Amino acid sequence: MRKLLLVVLFIAVTMVTYAGGYRVSVQGQRAIAMGHTGVAVVNSAELVFFNPAGLVYLENKLNVSVGVSGIFTDVIFQNEELGISSETDNSVGTPLNIYASYQVTDWMSVGLGVYTPYGSEVSWPTDWAGSQLVNNIDLASIYIQPVLSFKLSDHFSIGGGPIFVTGSVNFNRNATRTTTDLEGNRSNITVDDSGVTNWGWSVGAMVNLTEDLHLGFNYRSEIILESEDGTATFANFPNSPGAPPNETTGFNAELPLPAELSVGISYTYKKWLFAFDYNRQFWDVYESLDITFENGAPSSVNPRNYKNSSAYRFGLQYQATEKIALRAGYYHDETPVQPGFFAPETPRNDSDGFTGGVSFAVTSKLAIDASFFYLRFEEIDASYDFGSGSTGAQESFGGTYKSSVFAPGLGLTYKM
Amino acid sequence: MIKNIKYIAVLALGVLACEPEFDNPIEDAGTYTSGQADFSNYVALGNSLTAGFADGALYITGQENSYPNILSTRFAFAGGGEFTQPLMADNAGGFDGTPAVEQRFPRRLVLAFNADGTPSGPSVYTGAPATTPFGANLGGSFNNMGIPGARVYHLVTEAAGYGNPAGLATDPPVANPYFVRLASSPNAAVIDDAVAQNPTFFSLWIGNNDILGYATSGGVGVDHNETGNVVPATYSGNDITNNLVFAGAYTELVTKLVEGGTEGVLLNLPDVTSLPFFTTVPYNPIPLDEVTARATNMAYAAYNGGLQQAVAFGAISAEEASKRTINFVPGQNAVVILDEDLTDLTGLNPNLANFRQATPDDLLVLTSSALIGTLVDPSDPTSVLGVGVPLDDQYVLTPQEQAAVENARLSFNATIKALAEANNLAFYDVAADLSQAANGGIAFDGGVITSQFVAGGGFSLDGVHPTPRGHALVTNGILDVISVKYGVNVPKVNVADYGTVTISNEVN
Repeated sequence: MRKLLLVVLFIAVTMVTYAGGYRVSVQGQRAIAMGHTGVAVVNSAELVFFNPAGLVYLENKLNVSVGVSGIFTDVIFQNEELGISSETDNSVGTPLNIYASYQVTDWMSVGLGVYTPYGSEVSWPTDWAGSQLVNNIDLASIYIQPVLSFKLSDHFSIGGGPIFVTGSVNFNRNATRTTTDLEGNRSNITVDDSGVTNWGWSVGAMVNLTEDLHLGFNYRSEIILESEDGTATFANFPNSPGAPPNETTGFNAELPLPAELSVGISYTYKKWLFAFDYNRQFWDVYESLDITFENGAPSSVNPRNYKNSSAYRFGLQYQATEKIALRAGYYHDETPVQPGFFAPETPRNDSDGFTGGVSFAVTSKLAIDASFFYLRFEEIDASYDFGSGSTGAQESFGGTYKSSVFAPGLGLTYKM
Repeated sequence: MIKNIKYIAVLALGVLACEPEFDNPIEDAGTYTSGQADFSNYVALGNSLTAGFADGALYITGQENSYPNILSTRFAFAGGGEFTQPLMADNAGGFDGTPAVEQRFPRRLVLAFNADGTPSGPSVYTGAPATTPFGANLGGSFNNMGIPGARVYHLVTEAAGYGNPAGLATDPPVANPYFVRLASSPNAAVIDDAVAQNPTFFSLWIGNNDILGYATSGGVGVDHNETGNVVPATYSGNDITNNLVFAGAYTELVTKLVEGGTEGVLLNLPDVTSLPFFTTVPYNPIPLDEVTARATNMAYAAYNGGLQQAVAFGAISAEEASKRTINFVPGQNAVVILDEDLTDLTGLNPNLANFRQATPDDLLVLTSSALIGTLVDPSDPTSVLGVGVPLDDQYVLTPQEQAAVENARLSFNATIKALAEANNLAFYDVAADLSQAANGGIAFDGGVITSQFVAGGGFSLDGVHPTPRGHALVTNGILDVISVKYGVNVPKVNVADYGTVTISNEVN
């Protein structure tokens, strides 16, 4: 009976994990279930992402974690003054993560991770009221990272490794609020690129104050994706030397994947594990999204002016039985978007995340991990005030937005 | 297995529960209201402005952006029903018919560009043929009863037959092909077809052509306030309608529309000086150097000398002689025009025609811009139109002609306002808004709408009819007055979401 009560309590407490901008916090099923904490949690190969320094303290020689989440996002928009309302029709995102670590010697482990910390998919109805800013965008990045983890003593370890990133983008928007061809079809531009690559790195450290009390630190570098080989397709422009030709041309753009600093603490007491993480995301690198076209069409300049933002994460784990571990978490995630820069392509305001999950040990080696998170956003009156009209004048687009994110996930943990 | 289904159900519920929802969704009943008005069947009555005619033609996207159609999208927030329009067959505009028909009802204008990306000016679109059959009937009535070209007296019951295809072939034609398309029968009248739809709300914007026909033809027609002719069947398309004819016809229209207590809005008539058709071409578009100016003056020396003789004979005053004296100087010069209101001196001397140079008070019509400076006789370099050869009366609206137009307009507008008050209808002073657009402009988020040709954004390439953006402005103006009159609360449109002129180089 007591056990049942605990389960109910866990589920009740369970709620949000996502993050501002186009950061997507789904880098491990066990971590997600605990509010996406993990920089000081020695639990599984998910440490490749959260803090490679901790890998060397894992009990087993070989640790593998794989997981996938289904992300259901929905954004609604309305403007009472103008009578406009819209809702996104996003497909279900399925970010994947794979981690493995192997203890080579008593003092060194190696690891490998594949994960997707940045991405965004937003699809508004084509030609909706904000179509001059975005009709749809699909942004994806895959991080592939080998790591090394060194135990300097029983109390201190370090780790890190290079990151290889490959990214893709598909972004469609209308040229202006009004430009059409003679038949009234809205003029629009699609930029598309994939296989955009670059390198970065991460480094971490772990301090074990006692056997039950860990401190963690991790820093992941900023990576700028420079798109140079993609295509920009101009469609439905009027047939005139006064407008860009309807053709496919090249484009240049830069998208930053910002650096992230995490510090955290974890404490084990009997069957309980408590974790707290603080994340600082250095979004101020995202000043503007500027797209220049090879055919000489006017550049698209889109000020973003993001600010650095923080996330505060709390996680709890309870080893209910030998086979079952229950997890719950909460986090508060600040948006990097400043007032007046709220673009419908990444309509994120501050959010509260509620998470939960369970692990079931099928055998002593293999466990199934289930997680979910629900991200709750307050409705917000916001606008993007830096659009450029057909005459080049600055114009605003805004109204009331409300978003929600729900993501159930499933994973496997194998250790030997 | 049954257990699993349970879990899947719980999960699905979880997903559903996460759908975001606003505290006050605008879809909720009570957000908007039609007040005391009933928008379930809105009928718009009027002329080309109501039809969505633009760029010198009627075409689909122009109709879709007509103020009644935009207004109907607003009414839809508060019980508005379907709003039907007699859409043309294409976006080229014009009618498909004989060469004579296609000349009378040409395809639309588009803004053409030079190869270097600068605008070269309005040109007739030739990228696709006109496909709307001339003289055909669509077999039903429509909520938009805007008939391009209609004058106030064309809409009344007495004008039955205005939609009879047989009247298209007479000379001059007595039927209007745009009404032929929607007339319920060959001998239907526009007002009767409108009332037969049992409108619950109406708008009426009519009378513009009763003065514009005269104004756009540079005043070559007759002012029937001067002649006292009150028989509209004898009027030509270039005449000014008599004030009594206007008042009688307008009263009939309003009386029939309000029958049964139907609510609506009346719109008045803008000043012609609000329209770029009359304000774009300057009175002094002729640049001359010193040598040419001197040579031209020598050509007019005999005319100028004759004027002084006429003064000596007492045929004209010294003041008129000075007004008529032609003098070119280095720099910008006023065009030479024919002015029928000058004293006729040809009896005295056949060479003393009614010439004078234009002044800032003369309004040169938009269509003169393509002609001024061209050679009337290609083999004669001195036959430059506006310099060696005077510009014909039809291209200039002189102050006397402007006064005739303005007097009629003020009388018509007084009638409209009085009928709005007498019938307790909403009244929109659209003339005031268009005057504001012409004198300083009207700001919206992201720009200013003015009456400047092409660049101002308010007027289409024919210089008379609004762009979609101009129609959006009129829509918001109507919403303002009906919100006061009837307690209507529906969302306005964002003027910035409506376009201006269409560019295309599919021109010959």
